[in-house]
Amino acid sequence: MDRAVTLPEFDTTVFYDPDEHEHAPGGSTLLGFWIYLMSDCLIFAVLFATYGVLGSSYAGGPRPSELFDLPLVALNTTMLLLSSITYGFAMLEARRRRVATTQFWLAVTGLFGAAFVGIELYEFVHLFHEGATPQTSAFLSAFYTLVATHGLHVTVGLIWLVVLMVQVGQRGIMPANQRRLACLSLFWHFLDVIWIGVFTFVYLLSTLR
Amino acid sequence: MSTLHTAHTSAHEGAHGTLRDYLIGFGLSVILTAIPFWLVMGDVLESKAVTGYVIMGFAAVQIVVHMIYFLHMNAESDEGWTLTALVFTIILVAITLAGSLWVMHHLNVNMMPGMGPEAHAHPSS
Repeated sequence: MDRAVTLPEFDTTVFYDPDEHEHAPGGSTLLGFWIYLMSDCLIFAVLFATYGVLGSSYAGGPRPSELFDLPLVALNTTMLLLSSITYGFAMLEARRRRVATTQFWLAVTGLFGAAFVGIELYEFVHLFHEGATPQTSAFLSAFYTLVATHGLHVTVGLIWLVVLMVQVGQRGIMPANQRRLACLSLFWHFLDVIWIGVFTFVYLLSTLR
Repeated sequence: MSTLHTAHTSAHEGAHGTLRDYLIGFGLSVILTAIPFWLVMGDVLESKAVTGYVIMGFAAVQIVVHMIYFLHMNAESDEGWTLTALVFTIILVAITLAGSLWVMHHLNVNMMPGMGPEAHAHPSS
């Protein structure tokens, strides 16, 4: 008890920054968005794990080598990869604050993204016609869950992209819009990273089995 | 504190890529994507197991290429917190994937004969 009394005055030692220092508006947005992407990564990790576990449970139904059309997957991969580089061009133009060219490259990115989603839907319809529905086997349930979750992400990214094209058109490339474009850039490239996992583990490796 | 403040304000602009970065990333990605597809579609290698490991290797390299050239990952952005979050996530992903596959594989192996999913689908193998 005596010792506690002889301690120095408590306020003199401050363990935090006492001054309210300035935060640039949106200063932590990109880090926050990155942390969201990392949590999204965990969703995909669980879906990949599910596919890894159930990927060979065909329940007497069709096998991956009979179902998957690899040239189509290669075309799809090309679309997504092209959309990644065109988004990069949009970012470079946005940094130069050129509205028209930024919108142009965003539109090109959107077209490649839409082509990706279109090809994926075509593939799903084709598989459904062959009787390979999610109800057929655990392998197909896991396949549709994983691939469609990725496709849904791309679709949301497309909506976001259109919204940003309108915003850039109306308000120009001010700091807030630049930040938004940077967030979508992270999102878009992140989806391409997930797709690397999808075409390798789902399409190529399953076809080998 | 002053160094911390400057890092704080510069970080919000995010990491930038140059045209050169994007083109290098794109070129490498095309190569790293084309080779696995070629290996599988052309049945290039005799052993399917080797093909599997090779394409997994290509995927890992391509993910790193995307991280560096498209997502502009580096140890400096946001005082290293982006990289910290990424490393933490990679650890969680590795535990989730390896753990699930390991546990479920052993569960299948230790099942009573004839109960596994493989038993019904193709008894010959």
